[in-house]
Amino acid sequence: MNTDNEPLLAIRNLHTCFHVFEGVVNAVDGVDLEVPHGETVGLVGESGCGKSVTALSILRLLRCPPAEIQGQVIFHGRNLLDLDREGIRKIRGNAISMIFQEPMTSLNPVLTIGEQIAEAVRLHQGMSRREAWRWAEEMLRMVQIPGARARAREYPHKLSGGMRQRAMIAMALSCNPQLLLADEPTTALDVTIQAQIMSLMSNLKEEFGTSILLITHDLGVIAEMASRVIVMYAGKVVEEAPVKELFKEPLHPYTKGLLGSVPVIGRKAQTGRRLHEIPGTVPSLLEMPRGCRFHPRCPKMMDVCSGEEPPTIHMGGDRRVCCWLFAKT
Amino acid sequence: MLNYVVKRLLSTIPVLIGISLLLFFMLRMLPGDPAQVLAGQMATPQEIELIRHQLGLDKPIHIQYAYFLGRLIHFDLGRSARTQNPVTEEIWARLPNTVLLAVVAITLACIFGIPAGIISAVRPYTWIDYLVTSSALFGISMPVFWLGLMLVVVFSVMLHWLPAGGTGSWKHVILPSFTLAAFVVAFIARMTRSTMMEVLSQDYTTTARSKGLKERVVVTKHALRNALIPIITVVGLQFGLLLGGAVLTETVFAWPGIGRLIVDSILARDYPMIQGTILVFGLLYILVNLVVDLIYAWVDPRIRYG
Repeated sequence: MNTDNEPLLAIRNLHTCFHVFEGVVNAVDGVDLEVPHGETVGLVGESGCGKSVTALSILRLLRCPPAEIQGQVIFHGRNLLDLDREGIRKIRGNAISMIFQEPMTSLNPVLTIGEQIAEAVRLHQGMSRREAWRWAEEMLRMVQIPGARARAREYPHKLSGGMRQRAMIAMALSCNPQLLLADEPTTALDVTIQAQIMSLMSNLKEEFGTSILLITHDLGVIAEMASRVIVMYAGKVVEEAPVKELFKEPLHPYTKGLLGSVPVIGRKAQTGRRLHEIPGTVPSLLEMPRGCRFHPRCPKMMDVCSGEEPPTIHMGGDRRVCCWLFAKT
Repeated sequence: MLNYVVKRLLSTIPVLIGISLLLFFMLRMLPGDPAQVLAGQMATPQEIELIRHQLGLDKPIHIQYAYFLGRLIHFDLGRSARTQNPVTEEIWARLPNTVLLAVVAITLACIFGIPAGIISAVRPYTWIDYLVTSSALFGISMPVFWLGLMLVVVFSVMLHWLPAGGTGSWKHVILPSFTLAAFVVAFIARMTRSTMMEVLSQDYTTTARSKGLKERVVVTKHALRNALIPIITVVGLQFGLLLGGAVLTETVFAWPGIGRLIVDSILARDYPMIQGTILVFGLLYILVNLVVDLIYAWVDPRIRYG
């Protein structure tokens, strides 16, 4: 795919499962994906499809056990899954950092905003307390928090959701990471704040040259931010395409369903016709259907779909899809 | 802040009046006649009547209460019916012993209980966690007097290392304070474990880890401070109870503290003494709670008192 040089991050055959009382849950089941230098890659899917677990697996932020992570996460030629505790610790918050979905709960309520930014800077950049504090103030200014100096001294409960997410972004970018894992960064925010946060992230991405793996279920966010899109369903990648092509011509029936269920302003709702929806729900991870995992909900289901898992088919121009419809037999 | 403290201190007055009212009338509903107890089995009715008059017990009950309140304003709790000494003097003589035991016991409990709880929360379902939780269960279930007696048997009778009872040196403090601490350690360890486990599964703990902080920093700086509020609550409540005297422990070790004073006074129907000690106990309990509330604000920036 990416022919000129190595991608920044390459995930190969990632399997993450959880050993729970009821059995083994395969939350991520053989995911392959790449994030090239300086690009924003969108990872889309419904709730529970394994997007967040994929991101958490990259930095090994899942408690093992009950979680078990297998496969390869290649970053700068090294497999992050092989590093020892110290090794992965030096990557976290430094070369790869993360933004979480819930700004209300992801900041520590008993530490000041400034301290929460500065501690990572002191740790990874070896700055003194004063330098790190100045840098924290500077970062807050950069994410356009008004009165950054005073805000640094405040505790998270005094900030609104949008402000907290800005602080979270400041924290994530404070060590100038090469890769940012943004797990639903705008989902919990008001629409107007969402737009502000997204434009802020786009600007900072340009300024810092950070690559982003953007995890969301919001196709609007993807359309605006991402250059490539990876669609996940029930722990597997079902389709990957450049963003324009995906929106113009989705291949996988699931992707079509996802795009069809987005309301379009201006397209008049016809009488008796409702917004398109994908029938059924995401299957329980404990009881995966045989064959293609989407087949019980798929409008184009064929006999082969319920029997065998579909192969990944590489279409021209950086596209791949995992569906029997495109298999040449 | 100062305003808040003053307000809280003033609010102790109605609480203490409430305690004294309840206490005063409930005591007098108890079966048993203090005059009879003081006079002894062989006393004539005249003698008993005389004693009753001396104690003021022949007056109507509301008059008795008015006298009691009148003296209380001057911090005079009356004289013990049994020893004739002023109640305040008797309490002052014993309170330091009780406070000493309570402080040592609560300190021991924190030193052992909090780290034990943290360790078992950080390594749940491992042998060390099972060790902590099962010994905590043991500590909570064990009767205090039995533990005290066993410690005496081992360390005093068999090994001759420590005195079996009484006061005088630091050696006398060890056995009773360990006996008292056993239950509190167990209680604090269990509380610490459960709150730490909850805090360690919070989003902000994942954020802290995602920054690359050392696990030690994540646990002590990010998690522990958030877990402190329930821990402080438990420590405060337990300390308040310990200040009220530990009747069983004080009895086993012949420790002259408030707990035994209360029990002896109740047995003798020594009304002034009972009222005095319980009021002092109430006051101490309120003060401990006030201090705990002030510590909350210091630990958690979200809590502010106007």
